[in-house]
Amino acid sequence: MTERYDCIVVGAGPAGAAAAFTLAKAGLDVVVFERGEYPGAKNMFGGILYSTVLNRLMPGFWADAPVERHVVKRRYSFVSNDSEAAFDIRLDAFNRPPFNNSFTTLRARFDRWFAAKAEEAGALVVTGAVVDDLIIKDGAVAGVRVRMEGGEVFADVVIIAEGANSLLAEKAGLKPKPDSANMSLGVKEIISLPKGVIDDRFGLEDAEGAAVEFFGEALGPGVPGGGFIYTNQESLSVGIACPISALKEKGIKPNGLIDGFKRHPAVSRLIRGGATEEYLAHIIPEGGYNAMPELVTGGALLAGDCAGFVNPSLYKEGSNLAMASGVMAAETVMEAKSRGDFSKKTLEGYVKRLEESFVLKDLRRYKDAPDVLRSTTGLFKDYPEAVMEMLTRHFTISEESKADAHKELKRILKGRVSLLRLAGDVLRLRKFVR
Amino acid sequence: MDKTPKPLTLSEKLFLVRFRVDSTSHLAVNQEACKACADRACLTICPTEVYRWDGAASAVTVSYEGCLECGTCRIACAKGALTWRNPSGGFGVCYRFG
Ligand SMILES: Cc1cc2nc3c(=O)[nH]c(=O)nc-3n(C[C@H](O)[C@H](O)[C@H](O)COP(=O)(O)OP(=O)(O)OC[C@H]3O[C@@H](n4cnc5c(N)ncnc54)[C@H](O)[C@@H]3O)c2cc1C
Ligand code: SF4
Ligand code: SF4
Repeated sequence: MTERYDCIVVGAGPAGAAAAFTLAKAGLDVVVFERGEYPGAKNMFGGILYSTVLNRLMPGFWADAPVERHVVKRRYSFVSNDSEAAFDIRLDAFNRPPFNNSFTTLRARFDRWFAAKAEEAGALVVTGAVVDDLIIKDGAVAGVRVRMEGGEVFADVVIIAEGANSLLAEKAGLKPKPDSANMSLGVKEIISLPKGVIDDRFGLEDAEGAAVEFFGEALGPGVPGGGFIYTNQESLSVGIACPISALKEKGIKPNGLIDGFKRHPAVSRLIRGGATEEYLAHIIPEGGYNAMPELVTGGALLAGDCAGFVNPSLYKEGSNLAMASGVMAAETVMEAKSRGDFSKKTLEGYVKRLEESFVLKDLRRYKDAPDVLRSTTGLFKDYPEAVMEMLTRHFTISEESKADAHKELKRILKGRVSLLRLAGDVLRLRKFVR
Repeated sequence: MDKTPKPLTLSEKLFLVRFRVDSTSHLAVNQEACKACADRACLTICPTEVYRWDGAASAVTVSYEGCLECGTCRIACAKGALTWRNPSGGFGVCYRFG
């Protein structure tokens, strides 16, 4: 198979499929290599597809795409070891198109659909095809080596959209192996429940969905990270995410961590009676702006997770950034083609496009988030207990005078955490809650 | 009456996952480095416990068949003693939900 294309895309995740779709629509000859048996076979995420970019590519896509539910309800739940304080929001506007561009989704279904759309647009999608190497000629990327008989394939340019486990980009020296402090592990279970039970339990109807995020001691005292429950049509996505460095340092087993999370009363109430259908795990790049690799080299661009495009604030927003970067990589390739120049200098236009878009604007805005979240250890330790104790006192009906109760509140807080530290942490964190 | 079913064991969870098992391992460790490794992070950090310490042989065993290809072990091994290769095309984990 010695062939030549305008563009080769490695990986049929959201980044690769968006790039291929865009290029094929513009009439370029594009081939996508995906190592999975089908697109999505290797992919998992928490479960909310953010879709502003997709809705631009295919307006009203939700009528056709295998999305589960649109998220009308968000709940932020702060938990201590056994109690919960939560903030709930449900907005009617989210019940109307474009549904706040937030849809619960299962990747094995969605990625397959999206790749099929790229195929319909004219891209060639080859599954079961592992790309093992980039072919370098005269100092620039000229093609890829696919693991099959005579698998050298050439193109003017290669879009590397291989995801967070960036073997290719690292092998080619485009980025170092990521640091364990900049990478989290997410572990999830798909837990099935009848639709009616999910609707009643979460207060939903029809295609309405809910997203619950758990903070504080969701993973146990002093363990950074958090948990989530998202509603699908007839199942829940129940999972946790924790920095690899913390897992390593504390010697925590991820399977034990998700089991513990499922046992927390705030969680077990919501998943009661459900049956686990699948067990999944994947890494999430969370280093943000400061950990970003070089985005282009002669003849190649990095898009999506392999470029580290995940918003490292409290939201694990990656799908939208992946698609946006895939589209911008494609547009850059189209421009390069019209100039007949695929040098690093021309491809740098990609970085400019990203800088002007929400992708790098947001990553820059949240660039200190990884460090701040890491250093605010109180978030996962002293605060949950202190907050819960304060709330317990506040809501407990007693004959203690309000003035005395107030004094007592202050004492509790002071005893637990220094007010100065709390004030500092609140200020530092405020920025990252949008 | 507590109707909560017993939590699944790890092997029960793995039984639910669809795998197309490759004929050779896509994971390899450098046993010399593992012998000298202080934390042996891979033994605890893998969500499916692919790596086990065989005390008698003084070596790490690798049950690649149950690997979810999450990528964690490669990041966690500070010695660079772990070689992670993609399984053959179409082989390895095949999520049904994702
Ligand atoms: C636990 C967890 C929770 C998350 N939650 C959310 C969420 O709720 N919302 C959200 O928006 N984002 C979330 N994300 C982030 C989101 O999943 C990613 O940002 C997004 O999937 C990145 O898309 P991508 O196309 O860059 O990479 P991927 O989706 O990883 O796709 C890469 C593709 O390339 C293929 N591939 C890799 N190497 C090769 C090779 N050598 N040859 C051929 N094919 C190859 C893979 O099989 C895969 O299909 C979460 C991530 C995780 C892990
Ligand atoms: S962490 Fe690396 S060096 Fe240590 S035992 Fe595991 S594979 Fe070997
Ligand atoms: S990639 Fe993940 S599942 Fe596979 S062996 Fe490594 S840590 Fe375990």
